Amino acid sequence: MSQGLINTAYIGATILFILALGGLSKQETARRGNYFGIIGMAIALLATVIGSVTENYVLLIGAIVVGAIIGFMLAKKVAMTQMPELVAVLHSGVGLAAVLVGYANFLHHGTELVGIEKSIHDVETYLGILIGAMTFSGSIIAYLKLSGKVGGKPLLLPARHWLNLILLVVAVWQGFEFVEQSAEGAGLTPLIIMTVIALLFGIHMVMAIGGADMPVVVSMLNSYSGWAAAATGFMLANDLLIVVGALVGSSGAILSYIMCRAMNRKFINVIAGGFGTKPTASSGDAGPAGSADDIQSVDSDEVGNMLLNAKEIMIIPGYGMAVAQAQHTVYQITKSLREKGVNVRFGIHPVAGRMPGHMNVLLAEAKVPYDIVYEMEEINEEFPDVDVSIVIGANDIVNPAAKEVPDSPIAGMPVLEPWLGKTTVVLKRGMSTGYAGVDNPLFYKNNTRMLFGDANDSLESVYKAIAT
Amino acid sequence: MKIAIPKEIRAGENRVATTPEAAKQLQKLGFDIFVESGAGAAAKFRDEDYQDAGVEIVKDIKKLWSDADIILKVRAPEHHPELNISEVDLLSEGQTIICFIWPAQNPEMLETLAQKKVNALSMDMVPRISRAQKMDALSSMSNIGGYRAVVEAAQHFGRFFTGQITAAGKINPAKVLVIGAGVAGLSAIGTAKSMGAIVRAFDTRPEVKEQVESMDAEFLMLDFEEDGSGSGGYAKTMSKEFIEAEMALFAEQAKDVDIIVTTALIPGKPAPELITEDMVKSMKEGSVIVDLAAEQGGNCKLIEKNQVVVKHGVTLIGYTDMPSRLASQSSQLYATNLRHLLTDMTPEKNGEATINFDDEVVRGATVVKAGEITFPPPAPKLSAKPAPKPETKAKPAVQEETEEPKNSSWVWMTVGALALILIGAGAPASFLSHFTVFVLACFVGYMVIWNVTPSLHTPLMSVTNAISSIIIIGALIQLSTPSPWVVYLSAFAILITSINIFGGFAVTQRMLAMFRK
Repeated sequence: MSQGLINTAYIGATILFILALGGLSKQETARRGNYFGIIGMAIALLATVIGSVTENYVLLIGAIVVGAIIGFMLAKKVAMTQMPELVAVLHSGVGLAAVLVGYANFLHHGTELVGIEKSIHDVETYLGILIGAMTFSGSIIAYLKLSGKVGGKPLLLPARHWLNLILLVVAVWQGFEFVEQSAEGAGLTPLIIMTVIALLFGIHMVMAIGGADMPVVVSMLNSYSGWAAAATGFMLANDLLIVVGALVGSSGAILSYIMCRAMNRKFINVIAGGFGTKPTASSGDAGPAGSADDIQSVDSDEVGNMLLNAKEIMIIPGYGMAVAQAQHTVYQITKSLREKGVNVRFGIHPVAGRMPGHMNVLLAEAKVPYDIVYEMEEINEEFPDVDVSIVIGANDIVNPAAKEVPDSPIAGMPVLEPWLGKTTVVLKRGMSTGYAGVDNPLFYKNNTRMLFGDANDSLESVYKAIAT
Repeated sequence: MKIAIPKEIRAGENRVATTPEAAKQLQKLGFDIFVESGAGAAAKFRDEDYQDAGVEIVKDIKKLWSDADIILKVRAPEHHPELNISEVDLLSEGQTIICFIWPAQNPEMLETLAQKKVNALSMDMVPRISRAQKMDALSSMSNIGGYRAVVEAAQHFGRFFTGQITAAGKINPAKVLVIGAGVAGLSAIGTAKSMGAIVRAFDTRPEVKEQVESMDAEFLMLDFEEDGSGSGGYAKTMSKEFIEAEMALFAEQAKDVDIIVTTALIPGKPAPELITEDMVKSMKEGSVIVDLAAEQGGNCKLIEKNQVVVKHGVTLIGYTDMPSRLASQSSQLYATNLRHLLTDMTPEKNGEATINFDDEVVRGATVVKAGEITFPPPAPKLSAKPAPKPETKAKPAVQEETEEPKNSSWVWMTVGALALILIGAGAPASFLSHFTVFVLACFVGYMVIWNVTPSLHTPLMSVTNAISSIIIIGALIQLSTPSPWVVYLSAFAILITSINIFGGFAVTQRMLAMFRK
């Protein structure tokens, strides 16, 4: 296969990848987009295999077949509540691959470059491995945190910013060492030192981040995995890799930006892994937002009655719904109420759950039609017309303090505003605060009713009350 | 403890202090309930209904009073026409009476109750704080009063409220002006609106504008800056200039509207005169004015208390017993208010009500405790309206935020430009061509990703995962080399990226298949 054909195949694959991402702009075109992605990948793989692979076919086919089997099994087995974990694992794969390809390329010494081109190539290799290693270890930690194998609490080492700075300085210094030694044909030692540093940095970065910040972390790692691919593309002088890496990198960056905006955090702080101004630090001084007397609790029968008498219902799911696996019960209630002519809709906050779009996937899994699921910005101004809002396992994303208390740690964070409606029912285990450690004045509002208990159990008895 | 509910003795008073439904709930708190025979008759609650709810019916009035620990009433005690003694004399030491006492207007009543060494809780003194809303009998009664005011107006008004186009011609909707958008005013607005009238409302407190508009009524604005909010959600007296502007507005409106409902009251003062005789004269023949402030002298001086009179062709309704005219409804709400108050006083649910002065609501409502006058209560701690301070504080903060990104974006632009200059000056052509591709791809990615709907963010992440495993190409290119280390590293990379590619696309497919309409 000629180089020209390979290049045009790459162009075709690039276009197909862009169409794949573009397809995700609408539900109707999303599935077609995924097919475009698959076709693009197939074209790129075939062209590369035909053009570059001349031996070791057994190894090639063996690796692909084993990989495919594992991949399919993962995809088939994973529960939708575990999607964030799976995505984190897949990120770590990209990171690890970038490291491996970087090392292979360094050891391979294919085309001989000289002078500044050699130096640039070395820097590219170095960067590719650096980002790859960071992505790898960071994703592994993110996976462990998401799956609960490591506690969700942020690990805050003393002087952690200094530690990060030292790691960075050492990494840069080793970079210079590497470029120098590589020119003389050596350089493996600084490369390995840097890899260890990058791995440590990835671990440290994600360890310092708490549970509810995971949407930012996951999308940030998504971004990093893209940049790792782009750096590898520079190293191999391969435009397809560069383009795809840039696409994925900016996609992850935009997602992180959206998540940050939804939590009113500075994008740059997060990308740098610097959660220094995080509100968790000041969690201790936020007192209760109301007196315990103002809490009005209800039982499921009363909630059932309220729902049956309502015309407009808004359901606001949070991570608690995923934990309680309550999405199927939520759907049964929704279905039963919609058959009775009640307009049930869902309001989704961008950072609800542990990954961008997490709630949407859970609801889709439970067969909730996507045209009654709305984004915060679409739905927020309709709350005054809502008769009953049901908050399921969410806290900070419905905290009026963000709007009303200027010195609250979460002040300025955009939140859903169920308190503007007639009644709000909050499903919660107890009166504990949310991730941000800020007490929620919503729970003490006059038009709020608390339904304590496991979300799924509560909802099941609510469903019984409605169905009978 | 025993709770007794006597029949109301005031002529024309149809309400009763508990309903069978509320009595059941009170029994759950551990109380025994006794109701005077026929007490609920005027409110359409039969003795049998009470008996079905487990209530004992008592015929002997004196026995009913003397046996009870707590007496629930609507009106304050007064002279009993049948027994020919005052109800106060039926009370004995240690008993508790809960009813509307209006302590500010009736200091003598407080004295007599204190001499009797009883406890007295006045339902009109329940403080207006959020927690006490369920016990706020004044609001309950005002709500009913507002509703009934419109119903009374409709009865004396010769036309429809709603507009219609019929075969027999066009019917114009009635125009209703509601003055004072408190609980009663809002209730009147809602009722008139649901009957199809065009409703306008006026209030000196600008913060009620939103509430009025949320009910689809028009809020009349004065071109005048003055906030009429007093403490506890009530209005205060306004300045002379304001009142003049206000009167001009009413004079203009009077010529136009068909029905005026006035509800303007200032606590502890006679009702302000808002509708003058000249305004009444200027109204259309057949118009109706309902004055809910008639008890305190009326917002319209032509009004006659407890009467319906026609003056200058305008029907003037001055009933002061609107809630009693809707006795079943108001008894039900009043009984529920009482029940909530008793729930508050009986935290153990053991049938032993206590008067705990640490409870702000009970403290506010109690006017006599063990023979001692405890009125007026200390000022409530909470105001219904948040202090205006945070608002002003919040504003500069917002400004700062909008300014900051501007500055930083300039900084970033400069940094970017410098970086580009450096790269352009130093890098070889081969690098620059790749760099061009990279930068353009970033922008394409930026444009494409912003269009992705947020509900598909999770599939987006899994598909980008699969796509970024295009890094497999790097491994494929290096698979066919003589160096075994390179081959193994590459093969391992191929294995991992294959997991990603197949797993990523498959899980995306699985997720997308779940999204359905």
